[in-house]
Amino acid sequence: MNKGHKMILREHFGIKAKSDQYVIALAGNPNVGKSTVFNALTGLRQHTGNWPGKTVDNAQGSFSFKDTDFLMIDLPGTYSILTNTVEEEIARDFICFAVPDVTVVVLDATSLERNLNIALQVMEITSKVIVCVNLLDEAKKNKITLNLPGLEKELGVPVVGTSARQGIGLDKLKEMLYLAVKEQVIFRPRQLHYSPEVEEAIAQILPKIEQLGLSDYLHPRWLALRLLDNDEMLLRKVSAYLTANSDDDIYREVSMAL
Amino acid sequence: MSITTEKDFLQELNKEAETIRLSYVTKLGDRIIADIYKNAEQISKNVILNDTNKKNWTLKLDNYLTSKIFGYPFMLLVLGIILWITISGANLPSDMLATALFSLQEILSRGFLDLGAPAWLHGILVFGVFHSVAWVVSVMLPPMAIFFPLFTLLEDLGYLPRVAFNLDNLFKKAKTCGKQSLTMCMGFGCNAAGVVACRIIDSPRERLIAVLTNNFVPCNGRFPILIAIGTIFGVGALTGQLQALAVAGIITGVILIGVFVTFAVSWILSRSILKGEASSMVLELPPYRRPKIASVVYRSIIDRTIFVLKRAVSVAAPAGAIIWIVANTYIGEISILNHLAGWLNPFAQAIGMDGYILLAFILGLPANEIVFPILIMSYISSGTMIELESLAELRLLFIDHGWTWLTAVNVMLFTLLHWPCGTTLLTTHKETGSKKWTLAAFIIPTTVAFTVCFILTQTVRLLGLG
Repeated sequence: MNKGHKMILREHFGIKAKSDQYVIALAGNPNVGKSTVFNALTGLRQHTGNWPGKTVDNAQGSFSFKDTDFLMIDLPGTYSILTNTVEEEIARDFICFAVPDVTVVVLDATSLERNLNIALQVMEITSKVIVCVNLLDEAKKNKITLNLPGLEKELGVPVVGTSARQGIGLDKLKEMLYLAVKEQVIFRPRQLHYSPEVEEAIAQILPKIEQLGLSDYLHPRWLALRLLDNDEMLLRKVSAYLTANSDDDIYREVSMAL
Repeated sequence: MSITTEKDFLQELNKEAETIRLSYVTKLGDRIIADIYKNAEQISKNVILNDTNKKNWTLKLDNYLTSKIFGYPFMLLVLGIILWITISGANLPSDMLATALFSLQEILSRGFLDLGAPAWLHGILVFGVFHSVAWVVSVMLPPMAIFFPLFTLLEDLGYLPRVAFNLDNLFKKAKTCGKQSLTMCMGFGCNAAGVVACRIIDSPRERLIAVLTNNFVPCNGRFPILIAIGTIFGVGALTGQLQALAVAGIITGVILIGVFVTFAVSWILSRSILKGEASSMVLELPPYRRPKIASVVYRSIIDRTIFVLKRAVSVAAPAGAIIWIVANTYIGEISILNHLAGWLNPFAQAIGMDGYILLAFILGLPANEIVFPILIMSYISSGTMIELESLAELRLLFIDHGWTWLTAVNVMLFTLLHWPCGTTLLTTHKETGSKKWTLAAFIIPTTVAFTVCFILTQTVRLLGLG
């Protein structure tokens, strides 16, 4: 996907990134210190408002690291991105259609199992995921020990441990973001194991989805899963965004406005 | 691909997905979610090197408290115990308060006579205002002061989310959102608060259903009526703790009927005028916590008990005055109150009550708290008995006016099921922003209440039991 194109899609979400800024999405469950991470990274350079047409808060902030500029978007805290609620829909649509350069998923180290669900779901949409295991201080207090290198191996994406309240690990996170946007990190997100009946259903519908020719843009396997989960809205949205893509006139209009 | 063929293609794709979806017995969506969770479980098992016992303790307890076998019985047990403590604990202070307040009434009464105040002023202020306020305080204060702290204690322990978890399955069957159980819990305190709490439900359809059915949970304005009548009529023969236990059983049963009606009405609504599928919810079960006793007492006594009592008294005082005037203004030989009651009597008899009871419910529209005082006032002003000092005398008063066990059951059912109070209706209007749905919030419970009482009464009479 070319750069101008990405900008049109992001514009739709009220994101005005400068052309040299990398867009970073911040996802995760509620109460995992996501906002602490966001505030620690962006400081006072924040802009808050609402998501276009929604009553959900939206915060974006910028920061620089090693002469590279980042624009970070704090997505609503959600338990999943299966679009049961407005918040989940916003988070899902942003990751799916605004195509952030990297998505950081913040997890609560004290309840990893529940938190991993959203990380796995995000990793099905986009490969470019960095997992930030936060609240390590809390975990230590509760005598929970995590094997973070092991987690990295399991997930196939970079894992950074932080205690954002103490400011611990945030430099590592910035470094990882820098390496990721400079394409010095290899993302090999874990393919989820589904039960045979689901795999069988995926196999049935996958050829047709591949005919859509969207493989560079949406993972066909994920699209298949969403279709099998009866997510009709998604197809309508894909259709709308496709139209926006292929329609040269709209493209030109928006580019001129920029 | 051009735009039109793209759209056709997407439509075709959608159809094919549906065909595949329907060819499986299990819902693929549920399967997919379960599989994602299984992956997460597997990964965290490999990555977490040690786990704390504390967490396992919560987990072990949850295995019982939210299990398919023990979940429901435990919920019932907890509800029963809370009601039992409330009832057996409230009896004594209730009687003491009544005795104290009514001897104060005598002093007041004598004071008025000594000052040579006109009879009508004496009547309005002492028999009207003071009498109803005394009733509201002595009947409502003790149960509330016991029930609210206990309920807040449950909240603090972290049990309420487990209740929501247990009931989720039933709500799914009624095609509504599991969060409805949380709004019902709020309704125990106050239905208006319960209606506001429905904001937590995201789907507009499910939110409306939760708003329309919230009234079937008895709020604290109606609880005392249930407890008083349950105590007076439920188990006259039994004494002491055994009686309290039996009354707790009766009230638990009444609440269960309310919950059942909630499910039934939700079930019907989501298959008729509010058609649709249940959405899923994510519920975080927090670890069990040791409750902070001081904050529980403060929150429940100051925030709830005093607040509710204030509201009740501020409605009961003017209502008492009005009722006294209505009961003592005569048109011809009969007072206005008796005229109204007489006019309502045929309807009321059909549902096993009398005109005074129905009138009390109608006049109690501003707040359910005053239904009972109004009823007692109208009985007293039309009968001979003036002084009421205990529940036993109240029982005599009711029996004098022709109450049977059937009347008591009907009054309890009507209390549980009838229209919402004025505040709740106003809140419903504010929340839904629609006159139509506010009207529905009035008509649905009213219809249910009349239908249930009518069928029960006619059946009992037909069988010759009443």
